[in-house]
Amino acid sequence: MDYSEKVMDHFAHPRNVGEIEDANGVGTVGNAKCGDIMKMYLKVDDSEIITDVKFKTFGCGAAIATSSMATEMIKGKSINDALGLTNKAVIEALGGLPAVKIHCSVLAEEAVKSAIADYYKRKGIENDLTREMDCNGCCGCEHDHHHHDTEEE
Amino acid sequence: MRRIYADNAATTAVSREVLDAMLPYFCESYGNPSSLHAVGREAKKALDAARATVAAALNCDANEIYFTSCGSESDNWAIRGGAHSKKGKKHIITTKIEHHAALHACKALEKEGYEVTYVGVDENGYVDPADVAAAMREDTALVSVMMANNEIGTIQPIKEIAEIAHNGGALMFTDAVQAVGNIPVDVKELGVDMLALSGHKIHAPKGIGALYCKKGVRPDVLIEGGGQERGRRGGTEALASIVGLAKAAEIANAELSEMDKVAALRDKLIDGILERIPYSRLNGGRSPRLPGNVNVAFEFIEGESLLLLLDMEGICASTGSACSSNSLEPSHVLLATGLPVEKAHGSLRLSISKDTTEEDVDYILEKLPPIVQRLREMSPLYEEVAKNSK
Repeated sequence: MDYSEKVMDHFAHPRNVGEIEDANGVGTVGNAKCGDIMKMYLKVDDSEIITDVKFKTFGCGAAIATSSMATEMIKGKSINDALGLTNKAVIEALGGLPAVKIHCSVLAEEAVKSAIADYYKRKGIENDLTREMDCNGCCGCEHDHHHHDTEEE
Repeated sequence: MRRIYADNAATTAVSREVLDAMLPYFCESYGNPSSLHAVGREAKKALDAARATVAAALNCDANEIYFTSCGSESDNWAIRGGAHSKKGKKHIITTKIEHHAALHACKALEKEGYEVTYVGVDENGYVDPADVAAAMREDTALVSVMMANNEIGTIQPIKEIAEIAHNGGALMFTDAVQAVGNIPVDVKELGVDMLALSGHKIHAPKGIGALYCKKGVRPDVLIEGGGQERGRRGGTEALASIVGLAKAAEIANAELSEMDKVAALRDKLIDGILERIPYSRLNGGRSPRLPGNVNVAFEFIEGESLLLLLDMEGICASTGSACSSNSLEPSHVLLATGLPVEKAHGSLRLSISKDTTEEDVDYILEKLPPIVQRLREMSPLYEEVAKNSK
């Protein structure tokens, strides 16, 4: 796989890996059957600034690198700014992604949105983000997408 | 940095002896074996000698060996040409774990109107000859079953399956690309009609293969040309590569007993991995298995990231995960053994050779467990397991 130096850097030295015990927004997207799952933890303060963000990812090099880059891009930003994060911006920040790995960046964008949707939900704020989180064919595969579908046996 | 090549099922290094045998056929004996003059006759002599050497390695006559450009060509020729040669018969039997070259040749026949039965394998990756027998029909033209699997190393009961094919009046072909050079391959003992092999899996260069066709078995010609290979396969013979293939086959046969040492290292690797790494399982049965094949599935992680981290430690391996290829589905072979899709994503293939040392195996056993653990710590699928075990 022809990964950029930036992708390899974020894969080999991922930023913000882990969990946040007292996170107030947690989102999981992807599917083990497709080969990638991203889980994102947010700590959002009263003025809606993301003070901390962590991730855990099951997936390929690009999945780990896009997760890492996405967390870096939203850390310290407002919820609104974070909602504006696009997969394209993640790709650009990583110096490009192989065509077959574009879906990983889509997944990273969705992971951020999913965690924010959870934050809103916990706050009791009405929002149509949750509805949008029906995985938009993130990996183009034919499996049914059940988010956080890990083990079926 | 230390580099350990554990991807010999993908390709092998050309051995020094093979290269030395080939060198005179580039600038000195460069003739076209079809030419009548001295330079051509010299080339023809080398071609004949190489053919006899390959034939001896497989226990057949020289005029039963046809040189091709690669294993994939041999597979395509045997399957498509073999099916076409059985006029009026429109059914093929193969398995779900064949190499893509063989599998896609069958798919091409489906487009022509052939019906193909894809026989399954058990959880250890073995074909049951009874399943082949049950699939046989009056109009079965060809049975195509690989001798040894490239991903999980399982060796199939080709002799029994060949008998079944012949009892039903069908041709028997085996793709022996992974078998030749690693286990004894005797075409008479196996009783097959056609057998494919490839140079670059046995320390000869890429771009050379061969097809054995038993006397009287004549698959329809795939590549028309100037009458080379007794009119069965056109194209000026790649003499240097053919000489290389012959040398490699000769060495492999002479050193076949060395494979016991390779098998011992394989077992050390398998046992070492399964002992050191929880939530791992061996893909493919233990026996009969190719001496150099190790294939393990690690739960909760994905194969491509595993390969990248191993590569950073100088270990070259392979995976059945979809993420390392352009396809979205993981290995069809692993899925055929019943391995769930999510576990197939976490598979690792290490294929060692006679060049692999015990130190290499120790190095892999030292580097692999922390890499798997590192990826698991990063995996949301591992969270629950980690919490429950605390």
